[in-house]
Amino acid sequence: MTYAIEISDLKKRYDSGFEALKGIDLKVEKGDFFALLGPNGAGKSTTIGILCSLVNKTSGKVSIFGTDIDKDFAKAKKYLGVVPQEFNFNVFETVFNVVVTQAGFYGISRSLAEERAEKYLKQLDLWDKRNDQSRMLSGGMKRRLMIARALIHEPEVLILDEPTAGVDIELRRSMWEFIKKLNEQGTTIILTTHYLEEAEQLCRNIAIINAGQIVENTSVKALLKTLNQETFILDLDTSLPNGWALPGFSVLVSKDASTIEVEVIKGQSINAIFQALDAISVNVVSMRNKSNRLEELFVKLIKG
Amino acid sequence: MKNSEIWVAFYTILVREIRRFTRIWPQTLLPPAITMTLYFAIFGNLIGDRIGEMGGFSYMQYIVPGLIMMSVITNSYSNVSSSFFSAKFQHSVQELLVSPTPNWVILMGYTLGGVARGLCVGLIVTVLSLFFTHLALESLFLTILVVCLTAIMFSLGGFVNAIYARSFDDVSIVPTFILTPLTYLGGVFYSIDLLPDFWQSVSLLNPVLYMVNAFRYGILGVSDINVYWALVIVCVFIVVLFGFGLRLLNQGKGIRS
Repeated sequence: MTYAIEISDLKKRYDSGFEALKGIDLKVEKGDFFALLGPNGAGKSTTIGILCSLVNKTSGKVSIFGTDIDKDFAKAKKYLGVVPQEFNFNVFETVFNVVVTQAGFYGISRSLAEERAEKYLKQLDLWDKRNDQSRMLSGGMKRRLMIARALIHEPEVLILDEPTAGVDIELRRSMWEFIKKLNEQGTTIILTTHYLEEAEQLCRNIAIINAGQIVENTSVKALLKTLNQETFILDLDTSLPNGWALPGFSVLVSKDASTIEVEVIKGQSINAIFQALDAISVNVVSMRNKSNRLEELFVKLIKG
Repeated sequence: MKNSEIWVAFYTILVREIRRFTRIWPQTLLPPAITMTLYFAIFGNLIGDRIGEMGGFSYMQYIVPGLIMMSVITNSYSNVSSSFFSAKFQHSVQELLVSPTPNWVILMGYTLGGVARGLCVGLIVTVLSLFFTHLALESLFLTILVVCLTAIMFSLGGFVNAIYARSFDDVSIVPTFILTPLTYLGGVFYSIDLLPDFWQSVSLLNPVLYMVNAFRYGILGVSDINVYWALVIVCVFIVVLFGFGLRLLNQGKGIRS
């Protein structure tokens, strides 16, 4: 089977002696929506840097759509579109030129480049800004410009390194809708993010990297199944009576007794909580997880 | 990449480079025009009249080829060094690095961008010089050949400088402390025949001397050195600098971690 990305025993030691990657193995299937998570300095950006040739690997093998980067990096690069964490376009170029120039670097003719630039700038709501210098754009627009630029050669794999960092909620949502559509059309998406709820909602598979090693590589569903305990917050319509207790559960009651935090261990039924509250005629107004489920697992895995 | 794609990539880099220096023409094209006009007016007209003839020509006619060459050298060098270093500085060089464009195409694109600016400034200075003196043209072919080879050589030098540069200071150090002295001592304003034997021998170690004199020969038909020897030296420098620049790019020196 040919994978979109196949990495084996990848190592990177910087000149300073810092070992950023200690021999990682990773496979990303074609059409996947894949999350690469890890704390700062874990090796995410180094891995992405090696994939797109911004970082020289020390050893190991990397294939992109079956093409070994050591044998034909030029071909491998054509499969990839990269949206880096930091803005890296010429800020004095116009929005249109940033995108069309990038197409030229892939050998795409000017007429086709202009056609595609119009298509992607319109899809990303930047068409009105096409003649503006890119430095004049807002932060969110700059991010969208980098997405348009990464798509100009219509890559099979789109790598997004912290694409929503510092982006407001509305824009983040519209950006994810756009990326989801791309994925549905067959583009393999690889993303790194600090917003774990994004990874939980969007991604099918996940790898967690820590200190240069992959500590988990599975489907999001399978990973969430390993969660042993969750904490729910319940908002109640009236205050609880003094001394109220919920047998079998660890409960924390707020000062005004109208909000409770209940720890639910794997195998316990949430129904028991509702039955107990119903017995004293207290209704639940709303219910939510105290923290993102993936976040809890992430912290657990990172702490080892 | 197919040949047609390589051509598109090369053309894209070249057009972007030309667009860059024409967009900021008050910084790139205007200053040499003003500086050289002052040189022509002060050194050529005011002081030159008192100096008299040099090499059988008026002093103004004698220094014009050197001043044109000085403009070409400075501008082709600084175009590439500043453009490539700026791309490194604002990380926009990554646009090229992630693309399949071969390194030799990147090097040629930037080099030809520098040549374009060098020739553009050279042409402006030549036209300005015609307001001050008459220029004969001994050999059009040699003149164009020398100016193109010199622009290529110094563009490549600027590229190597930009690869090693870590700050904007590093970009200006070489032009200020190496290029300018070499140019001023490279026979722009005088014939080395005027120098004592020892300093004549020292001057022969200066590569700029060969380019200035070969260019002067192309225009006026006089030179302090053998023109063919000058062409060989420039070609050797081009081959060495191209090979070195390409090696640095392949290694990712200063641009890849």
